[in-house]
Amino acid sequence: MSEPPLLAVRDLDAFYGDFQALFGLSMEVAAGEAVAVIGANGAGKSTLLKSIAGLLRARPDAITFNGARIGGMPAHAVAAQGIALVPEGRGLFASLSVEENLLIGGQLKRPGPWNLQRVYELFPVLGERRHLASTALSGGQQQMVAISRGLMSNPKLLLCDEISLGLAPIVVRDIYARLPAILGQGISLLLVEQDVVQALKTTQRVYCLQEGRVALAGAAKDLTREAIAAAYFGV
Amino acid sequence: MMDWINVILQGVLVGGLYAMFAAGLSLIFGVMRLVNIAHGDLIVLAAYVALVITETFGIGPLVSLVVVVPLMAAIGYALQRLVLNRTLGEDLLPPLLVTFGLSVIIQNGLLALFTADSRKLQAGDIEVATIRLFEGVYVGVLPLLQFVVAVAVIAALQFVFYRTALGRAFRATADSQSVAQLMGLDNRHVFALAMALSLAVVAIAGVFLAVRANFDPSQGPARLIFGFEAVIIGGLGSLWGTLAGGLILGVAQAIGAHIDPGWQVLAGHICFLVILAVRPEGLFPKVRL
Repeated sequence: MSEPPLLAVRDLDAFYGDFQALFGLSMEVAAGEAVAVIGANGAGKSTLLKSIAGLLRARPDAITFNGARIGGMPAHAVAAQGIALVPEGRGLFASLSVEENLLIGGQLKRPGPWNLQRVYELFPVLGERRHLASTALSGGQQQMVAISRGLMSNPKLLLCDEISLGLAPIVVRDIYARLPAILGQGISLLLVEQDVVQALKTTQRVYCLQEGRVALAGAAKDLTREAIAAAYFGV
Repeated sequence: MMDWINVILQGVLVGGLYAMFAAGLSLIFGVMRLVNIAHGDLIVLAAYVALVITETFGIGPLVSLVVVVPLMAAIGYALQRLVLNRTLGEDLLPPLLVTFGLSVIIQNGLLALFTADSRKLQAGDIEVATIRLFEGVYVGVLPLLQFVVAVAVIAALQFVFYRTALGRAFRATADSQSVAQLMGLDNRHVFALAMALSLAVVAIAGVFLAVRANFDPSQGPARLIFGFEAVIIGGLGSLWGTLAGGLILGVAQAIGAHIDPGWQVLAGHICFLVILAVRPEGLFPKVRL
């Protein structure tokens, strides 16, 4: 690749107090690319996303985005650079209505294709329920709010943490079916997912983490079941 | 009979002032879980700031609000950015201790600068002007104005919280600080704006307090207690509830004082304790702002 990647993680260490969760991890996402990060519980997938989003401390040069060093930047400044994280467990604002949640997502006023109207076209059910409390929605609809809220900031890179968590398979399929429409707008995607089959279907490249390190990386279509299983469980 | 109507009316009008004490307190707790022990002393500080400004520029106390409100808001912003933000975290104790220390500093600072003498702001003729509602029932123009301002302040806060982008940011940050940051909200700035808004309300309350009665540097903690009681009676996190809490406290004190002048403050505390015992969540609870 001659063109520099949109996101480059180089030799990243991450800690929770004295506990080290990531060990010299390197990975990258090219502009317009969809990349999945898979791995068992505790492998460091969410930690990676939190580090990129600025919720965990990182060395300044450990993370570069769009040519700028963003390692260690506070989360609100990272968001302003064009990275949106859809957090694990959705993290909706319980005392805000659906529409207010979306407006908070859009409060950075970054220019781009996404606004309330476009988001309601993507997920019509949210338009119908925009004045309800966000907690009054079903789990799947809440996940739609969380994704839409991320889109409202018109990010260059969307980070999604466990979209399928706690949702019925049919709901998960429904939400994944909308992702191409989002990627079609030129957004890059970094997806953390337990559902490996879904992750491989949606993305072009995959990183498999194991105990805070990259155990396997490659194009989604080239990876065999056996190689993934070996990297996943470390056998 | 007329006697009691007058008593209750006076209580209601004073209650507006208590609601203003309480609103700033409840706003700060709602947004950042900070219990501001220095709140009462900041009210007294605002009264002294108004005193200096009225004497320096020779203007009336109500006109001085034009200067005192922005000045106190600026102090609030700086206080939050430079001191209080550093104390916030998982633990509720550090901000409690720091604001307690701040309370001691403000009281002693005022004592050193202004001595322990009682002071009062002079508002002129408006202080003694009254309106006759009907035969035997009169209200002072100043208490009435104070009450109207209190209702307007609560209504304005309600509007800011539920109808503006700033209020959305307050509520989102109160819900989840980390997710709010992911949305590009800088918590330190949002908290500082909340403190600025709180001290703007404090400034209004402080000026009305200083016009209404004598004040001296030691009066802060009692205003803090009245503020706390109004918040708890009304129910945490509800602004209209806070107004109701202030009015109930004011009326209880007025009735107590009418029975025996020594019972004024005691009656307020008893009313508070009864409501705390019967309805610990307050009259109009809404868990979060």
